Amino acid sequence: MTGTLERRAAMAKLMEGRDDDLLVVPGLGSTTYDLAAAGDNDRNFYLWGAMGGAAMIGLGLALAQPQKRVAVITGDGEMLMGMGALATIGVQRPTNMAVIVFDNGMYGETGGQASHTAGGVDMVSVARSCGFGTCLEVADEAALADLASRLKTLDGLLFARVSIKPDEPPRVLPEKEGAVLKRRFRAALGLTP
Amino acid sequence: MNASPPAWPDQLFDTLKRANIRQVGYVPDAGHSRLIARCKADPDIRDVALTTEEEGIALAAGAWLGGERAALLMQSSGVGNCVNMLSLMRACSFPLVTFITMRGEWEEFNPWQVPMGSIVEPVMKLCDAEVYRAMKPEEVPQLAERAVQKAFGEERVAAVLLSQQLIGKKVWVK
Repeated sequence: MTGTLERRAAMAKLMEGRDDDLLVVPGLGSTTYDLAAAGDNDRNFYLWGAMGGAAMIGLGLALAQPQKRVAVITGDGEMLMGMGALATIGVQRPTNMAVIVFDNGMYGETGGQASHTAGGVDMVSVARSCGFGTCLEVADEAALADLASRLKTLDGLLFARVSIKPDEPPRVLPEKEGAVLKRRFRAALGLTP
Repeated sequence: MNASPPAWPDQLFDTLKRANIRQVGYVPDAGHSRLIARCKADPDIRDVALTTEEEGIALAAGAWLGGERAALLMQSSGVGNCVNMLSLMRACSFPLVTFITMRGEWEEFNPWQVPMGSIVEPVMKLCDAEVYRAMKPEEVPQLAERAVQKAFGEERVAAVLLSQQLIGKKVWVK
């Protein structure tokens, strides 16, 4: 199954008109570059490692900041490595959290090797069986616009698989010093650095 | 067994409360069963059952980003599951306190616990954690307090190893 949406345009659409109550955790690799390309923001916590950890970082954040909305936007390979996190999050069921997988069916960072989603693993079904209340297949502009609008209010645990074309746009590299990213994120929330 | 239950799990709970720990991640573990039950019963602590211990490392990072303190309860075998995720804590100086119940080192019935149990201390140190080892029950409160101060005072990972000698051997035939 070939992806349908351009990754940079999809991320830009999701971040369009973003307010200060949206906190975003991308996965390492392409989704971090996509988020940086959509516009740097202190409320982004870019990952340069910790593969498989994005969704759980999002959970800890969502539980700590119930008045904010948390979007984890990661790739299929990153999500597959930490797939147990979907079960853990499904059991905790925070209402202010979305896990969005940019699924191009491959490991773009390492040469385009096929991921398990290309081999038939259906992440939307996985999320649904883990207890995510809203599970969306996003494969066209209308569904993407719907997802973007849901991100503005989030009133329940949401999972979305965004069908992404298998092309690799030029990298946009954000700050990579972890302590800097951590301090600016906390400062944006009014926490002491 | 008629002996009174050990005091150290309740003392660890008191340490977590004094430190204002709000999220406690754990993979179910016999040695931590009392402490897990106390955390589940406390309305101010969010207990987060994990499918693997490394989830608890990432959970703690997210908690700290959002202004909360987290702890991770695990057994020695879980340390091996955490190694790469601990790089997140070092790369970003995230604080974490973890209490590790030891297996494979004292009257161990199951030899499969030995390979991981025997390397917990060097592995945690290689991962840049500050490691404290409690051999006797009366050492637990002070070491736990020190670990909390180290973790949140210096934004480090601090681990307290609870020796198998302290916990007692697992009863295999009931």
